[in-house]
Amino acid sequence: MKETGTRLRPPRNRFDRRTLPWWRLQLVIATAVAVAPPAVLGALIGPARPWLLGPAAVIAVIGAAAAAVMPVWWHRVHRWEVTDTAVYSLTGYFWRTWRIAPMSRIQTVDTTRGPLQNLFGLSTVVVTTASSAGAVTLKGLDHEEAAALAERLTELTDATPGDAT
Amino acid sequence: MTDAAPVDEDPTPAEAPWARLHRDGLKVTALLMLGGAALGGVPALTGLASGSSWPIALAIVVPGAVLVIGVPVALDAVRLHVTRYRVTDTRVEMTTGLLFKRRRSLARERIRSVDLSAHPLQRVFGLVKVKVGTGESGSGAGSLSEQTLTLDSVDRAEADRLRAELLRRAGVEAEADAEQRLATWRLGWLRYAPLSFLTPLLSGVVVGALFQVADWFGRGGLPVEVTADLVERYGPWRVLGMGLVAVLLIGVVGSLAFQGEAWWGHRLDREPGGTLRVRRGLLNNRSLSLEEDRIRGVEIVEPLGVRLAGASRLDVVAIGLKAEQQNADLTTLVPAAPRPVISAAAEAVIGPIATELTAHPKAARTRRLRWAAAAVLVLAAIVAAVHLLWPIPGFWSAVIVLGASLTGAWAVWTAFDAYASLGHGLHRGYLVARRGSVRRSTVHLDRSGIIGWRLKQSVFQRRMGLMTLDATTAAGRGHYAAVDGEEHEILDFADAAVPDLLRPFLIREEPEE
Repeated sequence: MKETGTRLRPPRNRFDRRTLPWWRLQLVIATAVAVAPPAVLGALIGPARPWLLGPAAVIAVIGAAAAAVMPVWWHRVHRWEVTDTAVYSLTGYFWRTWRIAPMSRIQTVDTTRGPLQNLFGLSTVVVTTASSAGAVTLKGLDHEEAAALAERLTELTDATPGDAT
Repeated sequence: MTDAAPVDEDPTPAEAPWARLHRDGLKVTALLMLGGAALGGVPALTGLASGSSWPIALAIVVPGAVLVIGVPVALDAVRLHVTRYRVTDTRVEMTTGLLFKRRRSLARERIRSVDLSAHPLQRVFGLVKVKVGTGESGSGAGSLSEQTLTLDSVDRAEADRLRAELLRRAGVEAEADAEQRLATWRLGWLRYAPLSFLTPLLSGVVVGALFQVADWFGRGGLPVEVTADLVERYGPWRVLGMGLVAVLLIGVVGSLAFQGEAWWGHRLDREPGGTLRVRRGLLNNRSLSLEEDRIRGVEIVEPLGVRLAGASRLDVVAIGLKAEQQNADLTTLVPAAPRPVISAAAEAVIGPIATELTAHPKAARTRRLRWAAAAVLVLAAIVAAVHLLWPIPGFWSAVIVLGASLTGAWAVWTAFDAYASLGHGLHRGYLVARRGSVRRSTVHLDRSGIIGWRLKQSVFQRRMGLMTLDATTAAGRGHYAAVDGEEHEILDFADAAVPDLLRPFLIREEPEE
């Protein structure tokens, strides 16, 4: 890096390793949903077989490649950090977005678990502020880590007076 | 909550009796429905009568009309009968509903705005609709409506009493000094109305309506035939020119009428006790009172036409007032007016605003020129494709090429203009950011109202050393951006704007000389 001047440092933490299989499963399911209709139709309708199975195979190959590569890459790219003063996250590569929500302005802390996340013992923590654009979403934290984080954030925000606007 | 428990369970029942809405509201509903039924019924009657006979037509239409008028009036009568409201020391409450009791209760200390409005029929009966808003602004679509309470309707004196009472803060004595006038509308400001984007929009609507009406009478092709006749008689260019002038004229008249109705008699006042009040409207009277504690800044908006005429508009950035599409003018404090008037009004609201802005790097201009180049290429491709695929008569070919060239030139001009607009700076307690060409806006955002940052950088921006800084806030649109700043300078700027928020995440490396 020959950059000079002020830069943003990336947030300290990567998401849990288990996000890799979670993302992979999501991609596999999405690929299966896209591949199934042409594949089934292709199996049933003889004359149109090459026209249906061909695209299905292409989608399947792309999906499989994405499932193999993308999660590893996302795991390297997405990062998060919670300090005593702020929640900080970095998402995306082609469109990088850094979000910073100060502790004193946090209004709610939500913890959610989807069915797939549950399978891998993961949780999502959403930290919202009074701004409709200010939410910071941390997808893919360990269950216990998420619960502890939510508790800590709630404690910290309860200690701050005012309505955070 | 939903069980029909007696409503007088409040700790302070004695001093705050429940009040009812005004009974004349029913007459307004009845008249509105009557008008609607007449409007729909008469054409239906004539249509049916011409197809069959008068008695049969009447037999169909009259019961329909009774139904259309009767049902809403009956429902409204029930609503007026069961709705009660009251103002206690700490809360405003309203109960409504016959089978499903609904009770809405707002904490008075949370009330940030009181919006009064009266359409002409309500004005005849001296009625006013009162909308009480709190500053709560969730991100969900339904959350805003949850936090407002609407009394439809009460009489004028009661509305004024409610407005004064609800916005009076505990501890703030109503000072003796009268209200202070910040801006007064002038008839001359109407000259900016035709320059708004309402003009072409209305023209389009009228042309569309023409075809629709022709279609109703089974002559959908009529406008086209008439045009073809005219072209035969006067030649295509003259018809095109005259058509544009006619359509434009309709748009101008329409936008004058719209803006005139909306802003007639507008005035912006500061009232004792720290509220701003906007009053306006020729037929529909509107009055919006806004607590100044909730104001997080102002936005000076200059739509292209208005800007070229040396005018601008003043919007408020306030918590609890979302800049939504359907009621965009709700946030407007002063409509399109000469720039000095707007500056004066803005300074009256938030203090001195004159400041120098930091220009953005040349790369931002390059980026905009690339977008323009892409647009020109697409246009050229479309023109070429159209000519290759279909045989086009000379006249239409000329129109298409002319239209495409004008659009292309405009795209390039916009690129330069949009770059010239870009700028950001800090002035007193405010972050100032300017952007846009078609809609240039300069936002002055209270730095204490910034509740987070969002920094964005696409791959293209990274290669050009640009970065977009978005300040999130609870007020107005929720976030205001300084687009395409220099990637290092914009971080220093954010750091200076809100000390300590970004600092822990920054790496500072001094440039080596």
